[in-house]
Amino acid sequence: MSHPNMKRLRRSMMFLNCQKPGLIKDPYVYGPDSIMLDLEDAVAEKEKDAARYSLYHALQEIDYRGVERVVRINGLDTDLWREDIRCSVAGGCDAIRIPKTETAKDVKLVEEAVAAAEKEFGIEPGRTLIMAALESARGVMNALEICEASPRLFGIALSGGDYTKDLQTTISGTGVELMGARQHMIIAARAAGVQCFDTVYTNLNDMEGFRRDVETIHTMGFDGKSIINPRQIPIVHEIFTPTQKEIIFAEKVVREIDTKKAQGIGVFTVDGKMIDIAFYDGAKRTLALARASGVYKGEL
Amino acid sequence: MVIQKPAIAGTLESSDCMVTVEPGEGKIDLDLDSAVIRQYGKQIRKVILETLQRLDVTDAKITVVDKGALDCTIKARVECAVYRSNGVKDQLPWGGAIV
Repeated sequence: MSHPNMKRLRRSMMFLNCQKPGLIKDPYVYGPDSIMLDLEDAVAEKEKDAARYSLYHALQEIDYRGVERVVRINGLDTDLWREDIRCSVAGGCDAIRIPKTETAKDVKLVEEAVAAAEKEFGIEPGRTLIMAALESARGVMNALEICEASPRLFGIALSGGDYTKDLQTTISGTGVELMGARQHMIIAARAAGVQCFDTVYTNLNDMEGFRRDVETIHTMGFDGKSIINPRQIPIVHEIFTPTQKEIIFAEKVVREIDTKKAQGIGVFTVDGKMIDIAFYDGAKRTLALARASGVYKGEL
Repeated sequence: MVIQKPAIAGTLESSDCMVTVEPGEGKIDLDLDSAVIRQYGKQIRKVILETLQRLDVTDAKITVVDKGALDCTIKARVECAVYRSNGVKDQLPWGGAIV
């Protein structure tokens, strides 16, 4: 299955509580790449039904102006998730986020329910994508099989709170306790050709700590970060958007490799740096990311 | 749909509305309170009555306290209150009576 949105730009994925109409009515004004409309942890147990009605009508009637609409359903160990999927797919959501994913079987179960809902509500088959949140040691260890479980799955996301609980530690703010999971997940995601997203940073009073956290996961190769507040969006976008210097260098690399290849030259220098064919894909990715972020209009 | 028992949905927070439904006395009896009743009262009333009509509710006392809710929120709260009054939670008619 080739879906046009499999690799779309997802630097910032902002959680919004479906229980609160004031939160879901106009989040596009903050400019996140994706919103994650939450039916799970943020919603009080006795308001689970109310959140679904709000979600359905918001999906149907609010123009989110191109912002991707992902719905976080309730866990597969509840009696809520199947109706969550019926409601979300009928409403026309772009993707379903599976919480607490531990195995490929979890993904396949959701895939079946999504396909059934698309059929029931006359939605184009295959339109609704899936992402999986890994929140336990077992889930992280099974990252590769989860990544490869469905052609609808566009990515995996680390959920740090539950994961550290399972690891019998706590979030320290340094990222040490998340290092292994982050490294393992990004490798699994890249091996499977899907995207990888980092967990939320919950201390809104520590924007410097947040910035360091985003810089770390950006360097590690992540595609984006889950966020909980609009104030976090500009920092994520700044770090994930290529700078003009990086864009100019990437352009030079692509042009030089194309030229030198035709001349039969394999290794050469650009701005004093040794370049060979191994740099080509990376430079192309930088330009694609710059284009998707709206800062590059060139032809490469 | 018959209103079986009193039920409430929504809150009094900004951008929300609180909807209470109770068994009626043979007709729809709507009591609406809104800070924007002079500008939007007619529209809010229309959304509530149309939603009840889609749900086939013809006999109910319904009280709505609006705090600047969008139409989509008003519909969602009315539906929620009506289905709660019936104890219906699954296999809901998304895209049918809920639209």
